[in-house]
Amino acid sequence: MTALRALMQPHRIVMMALFALLILWCAISLRWDWIPRYMPLALEGMWRTIWILVVTSVLGFLLAVPLGLAQAVGPWYLAMPARTFCTIIRGTPLLLQIWLLYYGLGSLFPQYPWIRSSELWPYLRQAWPYAVLALTLSYAGYEGEVMRGAFAGVNKGQLEAARSFGMPRLTMFRRIWLPLAVRNVLPTLGGETILQLKATPLVATITVIDIYAVSSRVRSDTFIVYEPLLLLAAIYMIIAGLITLAFRRFENRVPG
Amino acid sequence: MEPILETLGLAEAAQLLSLSPPGWGANLLRGLANSLQIAFGAFGLGLVIGLFGAYGKLNGGPILRDLLAIYTTVIRAVPELVLILILYYVGSDLINKVASMMGYGRIEISGVVAGIWVLGVVQGAYSTEVLRGAIKAVPPGQIEAARAFGMPAFMTMRRVTIPAMMAFATPGLANLWLIATKDTALLAIVGFSELTLETRQAASSTRAYFTFFVAAGALYLMVTLFSGAVFGRIEKWARRGQPSLKGGHK
Repeated sequence: MTALRALMQPHRIVMMALFALLILWCAISLRWDWIPRYMPLALEGMWRTIWILVVTSVLGFLLAVPLGLAQAVGPWYLAMPARTFCTIIRGTPLLLQIWLLYYGLGSLFPQYPWIRSSELWPYLRQAWPYAVLALTLSYAGYEGEVMRGAFAGVNKGQLEAARSFGMPRLTMFRRIWLPLAVRNVLPTLGGETILQLKATPLVATITVIDIYAVSSRVRSDTFIVYEPLLLLAAIYMIIAGLITLAFRRFENRVPG
Repeated sequence: MEPILETLGLAEAAQLLSLSPPGWGANLLRGLANSLQIAFGAFGLGLVIGLFGAYGKLNGGPILRDLLAIYTTVIRAVPELVLILILYYVGSDLINKVASMMGYGRIEISGVVAGIWVLGVVQGAYSTEVLRGAIKAVPPGQIEAARAFGMPAFMTMRRVTIPAMMAFATPGLANLWLIATKDTALLAIVGFSELTLETRQAASSTRAYFTFFVAAGALYLMVTLFSGAVFGRIEKWARRGQPSLKGGHK
């Protein structure tokens, strides 16, 4: 109710009315006749964007846990490489990383006959494995840094209590340390996942057809500039809103 | 030098990266200079927008506050790549409309100006939030004291608020600067010849993709590490006079 009352202030009602008029004006006077023709392609692209987002976030997080652990409590021969990896990932543009993997590895692999004759070769010739690899490594690099702080920030008393009950180390990690660490950084993880969503259109530069690539195709086919871009921005905002909502529900479910 | 490179198998890479014409080193450095120029401009424009935005969010009327909230939310939810395209087309359309109204012909906008404009508007949204948080962290008594002495608003900002908030804003601004340097790479997609695009051109005409992308990565990394050191110094300077949390030392 309070949220509704906050929206019902006079100036907000006027602004919403103006916004509705703007939407109406966009719907009537801009060109939308291309939508039916590109609908199947757009749905496919949207599916691919979401698929890449989910897969790379999950894989990246799984990689970030050991990276964070190595930096927080690991011996120097594990901490050093983990820190170097995070610094390199965070210090160079993602676009460069994607191009390095796609063009660099892609031009290196065909030189080795055993790779070309391997079972994996049909996949290595496509673009999406490189896109997934690059985005996974990027997410892992940023999240490794977040998880380092999260693991170090868990209350020592909790871990000592677990140890004093004779809990095996792996169980302690699984039941106490990891859940507490993740709970502390859930808001950060939500923000980072939105950043990951905003990184996905870069895969269009290596010929993966995501929703961004579809809008570029519409633009180059029909010479309509603004309409596809505005619709694209709206789609990304909706997905970002859904991610925010999902993480908020998640945060409310874990006891604070 | 050369025998060492020879034994390491890097002679070819060194030749490709050399500064004189058969090598492409000069192109990469020119790209780096372009990238840094845009990053500086965009960061500066972002700071100006951010300062006004932060003051608007803190002291403005309800309509201004809502409009600024829409600006920061939209910019932070839409991918930079999409924003760059939209702002690029909007900017060039607007300028050409104004130019034709004033009776000039079509104007070609320089890549540097376009890059600074689009990245600056994006940076502005983020620095609004950083500066708003920093201004709120300044003890209100200090600003009230300045006002009680009859200091005009602008002088309060210049002499009290900005110096006092620097310590809180520096870490966030350091992050924004790093984002600005990395976001310049996105301008490669609209065809502006900054470091990443120069690298790609060099790589595709020599087929030495690995060498060039790794070299460009090293350049970006050098900028990042150097900026980290500089911002560390700035933060130390901004925190002078604040009691140290470590205690006992000195």
